[in-house]
Amino acid sequence: MAAGSSIDALGQFELHPVLGALGESLRFSQSPMMMIVAAVVVLAFLYVGMRPAAVVPGRLQSAAEMCYDFIHNMAVDTIGPEGRAFFPFVFTLFFFILAGNYLGLLPFSFAFTSHIAVTLALALMVFCLSIIVSLKVQGAKFFAHFMPVGAPKALAPLLIPIEILSFLSRPVSLSIRLFANMVAGHVMFDMFAAFTIMLAGLGFFGDIIAVGPVVINIALMALELLVGALQAYVFAILTCIYLREAVAH
Amino acid sequence: MARAVMYDNIRRAGTFLASSALALPLMAMVAPGARAEGMPQLDFGNPYVIGQVVWGAGIFLVLYLLLSRSALPKVEKVLSLRRQTIETDLGIAHKAKTRADEAVADLHEARRKALADAQANVDKVVEEARLAAARQTEEMNARLATEIQDAETRIAQARGQALASVREISTTTAETLIHQLSGIAAPADFVTAKVGSAAAARGL
Repeated sequence: MAAGSSIDALGQFELHPVLGALGESLRFSQSPMMMIVAAVVVLAFLYVGMRPAAVVPGRLQSAAEMCYDFIHNMAVDTIGPEGRAFFPFVFTLFFFILAGNYLGLLPFSFAFTSHIAVTLALALMVFCLSIIVSLKVQGAKFFAHFMPVGAPKALAPLLIPIEILSFLSRPVSLSIRLFANMVAGHVMFDMFAAFTIMLAGLGFFGDIIAVGPVVINIALMALELLVGALQAYVFAILTCIYLREAVAH
Repeated sequence: MARAVMYDNIRRAGTFLASSALALPLMAMVAPGARAEGMPQLDFGNPYVIGQVVWGAGIFLVLYLLLSRSALPKVEKVLSLRRQTIETDLGIAHKAKTRADEAVADLHEARRKALADAQANVDKVVEEARLAAARQTEEMNARLATEIQDAETRIAQARGQALASVREISTTTAETLIHQLSGIAAPADFVTAKVGSAAAARGL
C-alpha cells in the first residue's frame, strides 16, 4: 500500500494464484475465487431465503422475493412481454455484478468487477446476445437500423458509419463504466487509508490529522455502496434496453 | 427530424470518441504511481487476467443454469402459489359476499312480503270486521224494522180493538145516560143506530 513516501494504489488489483500449485496450473486467482463466492452468496440468498416457501413470507424470503420482482419488473417493463425469456439472464447478470461489487468492499477481499477483462467479457456477452437475438427476430432488417428513418439518403455515407460506431461502442461503454467506477472507488479507499498510515507516522499531530482520511473512507464506503448497486443496475438496465431493441420488430 | 437524428448521432459519436480517448489516460492518472504498464488490469500478458475470464465464463454459466432452472422457478412457484391462494381466497370472499348479499336481499324480500301479508291480513280482518258490523247492523235494523212493524201491527190491532169497543161503550154509556136522565129505557137498537151514525160521522 504505502512503500516509503509513495502509494501503490494499484497493487490491490494484482492477481495471485490461490490454492497453491493447483491454482497456478489452473490459472485460478483470487478473482475467480471471489466469483465463486459471489455465485454462492447469490444462490444461498435465494435458496435459504425461499426455504420456508411461506405464503406469508419472513424477512429473508421477502427480500428474495423483492429482488425477484425488482429484476422481473425491470426486464418485462423494459423489454416487453419477451422480457420474461431474458429475465433469468438479467437476474444472473445483475446479482453477479452486485455481489462482485459488494464483496470487493470487504477487507482482504477482491472486486473482480475492477478488472476490465471481466467487465469487457460481460459486456461482450450482452453485446453478442443482443446481436444474435436481433438477427433471429429481425433477420436482415436488423441492418436497416444503421440508417435512421427519415434521414436524407445523401447523408448515408456519414450516418451509417456513425451508427455502426455508436453500436460498436456499446460493449466499450458498458465495460469501461463499470470497470472505471470500481477502480476509482478502490483506489480512493487505498489512497486515503495510506494517508492515514503516513500521517500517523508524524507523531501526535499526525495522529489527530489522520482521523480525517478515516472519516473520508467511511463516507467513501457509503458512496461505494451506492455506486456498487447503481453500476449493477445500469449494467442490467442497459442490457434490457439493448435486448428491447433486439426484439423490437 | 432527420437533422435532429443526425445531430444526435454526431453528438453520440463525439462522446464515444472523447470518452474512449480520455478514459484510459484518466484512469491511469487516478493514483500516483499508476502507469499504463503498471495497471495490473491491463497486463494482458498475465495468464491470470485471461484465466479469470475463462473461469468467469464457466462460473457465470453455472450460476445462470442454477438460477434459471432451480432457484428462480422456486421463487416463481412460491409467488404463483401466493397469487393463486390470494385469488382463491378472494373468490371465496366474493362468493361469501354474494351469498350474504343474496341472504340480505332474501331477508328484505321476506320482510317486505311479511309486511305485505300482515297488511293484507289486517286489511282482511278490518274488512271482515267491517262486513260483520255492517251485517250485524243490517240484521239489527231488519230486526228492529220487524219489531217496529209488529209493534205497529199490535198498536193497530189494539187501536182497532179500542175503536171497536168505543161504539159498545158509547152505546152502553148513552143507554145509561138516557135511563138516568129520563128514567126511560131507550130501545137498544135505536141507541146503537144513533151511536153508530154519530161514530161514523166522526170517522170512528
